[in-house]
Amino acid sequence: MTAATGQPTATRPALRHRLAERGIDRALLLLVPGLIFIAVLFLYPFLYGVGLSFSPQQGGGPFANYRKFFDDPYLRNTLWTTFRLALPAALINVLASIPMAYKLRRPFRGKRTLTTLLVVPITLGTVLTAEGLLEYLAPAGWLNKTLLALHLIDQPIELVHNYWGVLFSLIITGFPFAFLLTMSYLSGIDPTLESAAATLGAGWRERFRFITLPLLAPGLAITFCLSFVLAFSVFPSAFLVGDPSGRTRVISIAAYHAALEQFDFSLGSTIAVIMTVAMLIVIAAVLAWRGTLYKGASGGKG
Amino acid sequence: MTVRARQFDELRLDGVSRSYGGHAALAGLDLTIGCGEFVALLGPSGCGKTTALNCVAGLLPLSGGSIWLDDKRIDGLPPERRDFGMVFQNYALFPHMSVRRNIAFGLRMHKVPKAERDRRVEEAISLVQLNEHAAKFPGQLSGGQQQRVAIARAVALQPPLVLMDEPLSNLDATLRLEMRTEIRRLHQTLGLTTVYVTHDQEEALSLADRLVVLRAGSVQQIGTPEEVYAHPANRYVAGFMGYRNMFELDVIESEQARVVLGGDGLKLRGVNCEAISSGRAVAAIRPEDFVVGKAIANRLEVGVEVVEYHGRDQSVQGRLRTGEAVHFRTDQRLAPGDDVTLSVPEERVLVFSPDTPPPPTEASG
Repeated sequence: MTAATGQPTATRPALRHRLAERGIDRALLLLVPGLIFIAVLFLYPFLYGVGLSFSPQQGGGPFANYRKFFDDPYLRNTLWTTFRLALPAALINVLASIPMAYKLRRPFRGKRTLTTLLVVPITLGTVLTAEGLLEYLAPAGWLNKTLLALHLIDQPIELVHNYWGVLFSLIITGFPFAFLLTMSYLSGIDPTLESAAATLGAGWRERFRFITLPLLAPGLAITFCLSFVLAFSVFPSAFLVGDPSGRTRVISIAAYHAALEQFDFSLGSTIAVIMTVAMLIVIAAVLAWRGTLYKGASGGKG
Repeated sequence: MTVRARQFDELRLDGVSRSYGGHAALAGLDLTIGCGEFVALLGPSGCGKTTALNCVAGLLPLSGGSIWLDDKRIDGLPPERRDFGMVFQNYALFPHMSVRRNIAFGLRMHKVPKAERDRRVEEAISLVQLNEHAAKFPGQLSGGQQQRVAIARAVALQPPLVLMDEPLSNLDATLRLEMRTEIRRLHQTLGLTTVYVTHDQEEALSLADRLVVLRAGSVQQIGTPEEVYAHPANRYVAGFMGYRNMFELDVIESEQARVVLGGDGLKLRGVNCEAISSGRAVAAIRPEDFVVGKAIANRLEVGVEVVEYHGRDQSVQGRLRTGEAVHFRTDQRLAPGDDVTLSVPEERVLVFSPDTPPPPTEASG
């Protein structure tokens, strides 16, 4: 290009080389379709929604909707309801996936079958899971019938159409994601590190605590973030196995209610923006903690 | 110097076997290692040497045999209760710990009090001359430095036995020579009993007090470097010890010590290593044992094909009239296309039976 003619007196290298040094070259053009896609289908609708949230349909200044959300306990409480579901669900999913993935990290007979069984709930979809839960945990479901027959309880315990139903559903659908992610992070840790720790006198508890867990922690932070986001936007299960007008009225239901039942798109957008900010705060906190961890290579050399 | 090996009399491997789904990776290894000895397990990849090391370390369960430390049977113990130091091929340094914490790890696991732990860590660090790098992380060190950390970590516990799994194979040539001397120096100063696995015969010869040559899971020869180098037990060990030329010929004449082979217009007189009396046999000759020009006994007419310059001498590949390749070294200037006469003294020709008996493929246990 410009360098082809060659300037014998030029001390600066050609523009193309200087750009290449900063990692800018023509391969970046491959990003263009993706960027257009993101701009048209994500960025524009998102910014439009943010704009909408600041122009309330009932008037009262740009922040009227935000004031309304935080003044009205019926709206405000949806935020805490969602946190009360999403945080424990994400935490349980991550914590449960650690021992499972740790046990399954080495090849053994039947590993594939077991992994498939653990991952199957992903393919079921929320509605099927909810159906199953209703069938199984309902007052007249198998679990209660069995417990009653065994005289372990006097009357059916309520496990659906309340907080617990939604939490179970979130765990069943969210666990496979957490498990697969944890498993792939775990398989990135060089197994000879544990062997080395063993020859130095560390039993399995010490090996896990001092070697595997510290190397796995950054991955667990990411897994937690993704599990949390997944659980925070809970909608179908809150409807189907929850108590959508009361104890499990989560924030996505409030947004749906405002936008598509009361046709107040502006308030709906406001709730969606609040939801996004709430998620971002949690993610930022987790990533800040992750920033304090060791994140380098977790494998040996060569 | 307080980094010193704990004493024991002997480590005894008694028919140690390990098989994977019917295939014997290690078939009945018998070996007694005395305190302070440096033993090298030598063989190509897949010969079972690393399997043997992992069995001793406790990282692999045995499928047969037993391991004894003096009169204590240890093959049922998990690795964390054997207290052997181990240096891994990829070093296996803990990437999230500084050099100091890496070396202190074993002492922490053994609940050594802090003051003593600190003192022993500092000693181990100065032993491998890493004082100015003690606060760094493994990722910030060069390969040779990582290697030193791995060694310091293994010896800081003062283990009765140190196991090394091809510790030099990831280093470049200069560093490898340097670390080789370093390992030998550590062995001498600390009196560490060492089992060292390698596929490099030069490394094994220069480091070890005793060599164990393995092939497909079974022992071919055990002996001092001199014994194995000068008197390889069979054709396979000879091939591994630098006898690059192997001519398979008919036995013409055989006495007890000497044997004459012939065929294909070739006649070689050599040392009868395996009491061969008839049939086919293999004459093994080192490239450096050939003499160019002087026609003494054992004459070979060779056409030069490839010449490699090595500084002091040249490594030449030639071909006999029958088409067989001959490798020899000479300080004479030769060029491709030259015809030369080679000869070799008869005591430098080792004659073996053509095929060493195939090693057992089933586990013997």
